[in-house]
Amino acid sequence: MSEGATPPPVTPHRPELSRRSALLGLAAIGGVGTAGIGGLAYAGGRFPADRLTPARFADRFEQVYGKHAGFRRNHAKGVSASGYFTANGAGAAVSRATVFVPGRTPVTGRFSLSGGLPDAPDAAPTVRGLGLLFPLPDGEQWRTAMINLPVFLDRTPQGFYARMLAAQPLPGTGKPDPEKMAAFLAEHPETAKAMAVVKRHPPTSGFDDSTYNALNAFRCTNEAGDTVPVRWALKPAGPVRPADTNAPPPGRDHLFDALIAKVAQNPLRWRLLLTVGRPGDPTDDATAPWPGDRRTIDAGTLTIDSVQTEAAGNARDVNFDPLILPDGIAASDDPLLSARSAVYSQSFTRRAGEPKTSSPVDVAKAQQTQKGQ
Amino acid sequence: MSGTEKFGVLARVLHWGMAVMVVAMLFIGAAMVASPTAYDALQDVHRPLGMLILVFTVVRFVNRLRHRPPTLPPAMGRWERVAAKGSEYLLYALMFTLPLIGWGMLSAAGYPIVLYGPLRLPGLLPSDPALYAMLRQAHTVLAYLLFAAFLTHACAVLFHTLVLRDRLLGRMGFRMTFRRG
Ligand code: HEM
Ligand code: HEM
Repeated sequence: MSEGATPPPVTPHRPELSRRSALLGLAAIGGVGTAGIGGLAYAGGRFPADRLTPARFADRFEQVYGKHAGFRRNHAKGVSASGYFTANGAGAAVSRATVFVPGRTPVTGRFSLSGGLPDAPDAAPTVRGLGLLFPLPDGEQWRTAMINLPVFLDRTPQGFYARMLAAQPLPGTGKPDPEKMAAFLAEHPETAKAMAVVKRHPPTSGFDDSTYNALNAFRCTNEAGDTVPVRWALKPAGPVRPADTNAPPPGRDHLFDALIAKVAQNPLRWRLLLTVGRPGDPTDDATAPWPGDRRTIDAGTLTIDSVQTEAAGNARDVNFDPLILPDGIAASDDPLLSARSAVYSQSFTRRAGEPKTSSPVDVAKAQQTQKGQ
Repeated sequence: MSGTEKFGVLARVLHWGMAVMVVAMLFIGAAMVASPTAYDALQDVHRPLGMLILVFTVVRFVNRLRHRPPTLPPAMGRWERVAAKGSEYLLYALMFTLPLIGWGMLSAAGYPIVLYGPLRLPGLLPSDPALYAMLRQAHTVLAYLLFAAFLTHACAVLFHTLVLRDRLLGRMGFRMTFRRG
């Protein structure tokens, strides 16, 4: 090698190229390349193969419920809704979020049943969900996804992931394998405890008279800068009826049909209740209820005055990610929150890229049948 | 080595600063989509750091156009020069498009784009889930292409430095003289 053409560079001693140093150099380069690729593969969760990643979470939903292109991996069956939230100003005591300033915020919502089947037959014990999106001034948003259980069944994402397999109905009986479930509960006493709490709160008659709980704790900060732990819930403003378990076997969509009929008659209303935790109340365990005497703030009224078949541009295309929060509300140390955000994103990414088929919950069809009756 | 054989001070500072940032971003990106626990915290770093890379890339490219880089070692063959130039422009292109795609895909998904606290970016594109899915895929493919381009670049420079010993690395170094032996 000569440095011929270009002028001077005063070259101090340059070590001779030797085979040994060349080989050492090549080995060093190989090491850098391998470490880079291996390091990134490790960071990206490629190995070990049993690491719980959001993709493997979404795979498990598909494994348990089958793959239904274009639909959510969980809470697949649902209907879009809209209305508004009227704040009375009381929420400002704990949070400076603009949603609590007296006035109206439009709302996009979605009523759903848990599980990955978009056409599952409605059943009273199936967990009911309500997702809400509040668009706020200056591009801020508040999104929340709530369910009608009084506590969540899992404390950790790992628990949820394992329970999905343990609770998977067997092909023959349609019931979970009792041995698998018993083994799971032995390992997860918090789930057994939560199930006992759920038993004491049987489901109501329908979507319209259900209480929807956010279950995860959040941290609310007010204008003065004081931060407190908060769990919120929507309590129906109207009368609550227990589910009728003696009724004749109803139609596949009877819960959704009833919701569609109710909204056509009258707007539905819920009160938004903020329950304020005290020091020592668990914020990292959604299976543990807070003591019943905690301060509760009635922050205003949610009104749902219309439901729509899932379609482009409505709640179908929304990811009700529980960590899309306005200033004044922040995540707590609950490990479910980050996991939910990650898995919802994975589910949203998959369904956003898939071809769409029409939703089994068809509002126009239901209304037509109801008119005919 | 004389001063003209090196990149300018700004170019060298930007080079090493951004090298660290880009490699960190690749690892943060890969780790966050693989970790349910760290997802939220890593997202909060990923967005502002990615946008900072976009700003620095623009500054660096303008600086690059305004200052001639030092000539390549004379021993480098023609194809080697083409490869070096090509990979340099590929790296610029990726450091520019990746943050834009990240910004665009969050807009297409209809999310607010939070940088830090109340600091948010405006939407770049209309809400459109199909567009989001496409951009999300592109973000992954281009991120791993950037990683491949970065590794190739690093290995090529190390090859020159450790095997050919032509002090290619010195052009980006901070020591003004290079004494050995
Ligand atoms: C680690 C625990 C959890 C996992 C892995 C999980 C998983 C999921 C997934 C994959 C979706 C579909 C997201 C989409 O494609 O948009 C979903 C939707 C939903 N989840 Fe969860 N979830 C968890 C915990 C919870 C909790 C604690 C609640 C309630 C307090 C909840 C309530 C809901 C509701 C209401 C929906 C439907 C929202 C909508 O209509 O889009 N989930 N969940
Ligand atoms: C040089 C800049 C950037 C690099 C090197 C980079 C790299 C990455 C990587 C490696 C991933 C993981 C891809 C996968 O494994 O699927 C990722 C995901 C992601 N990036 Fe970036 N990124 C950059 C800039 C940005 C910016 C500026 C934003 C937003 C403003 C952004 C938003 C995201 C999001 C939202 C995800 C996926 C999250 C999910 O799927 O849940 N990125 N990025």
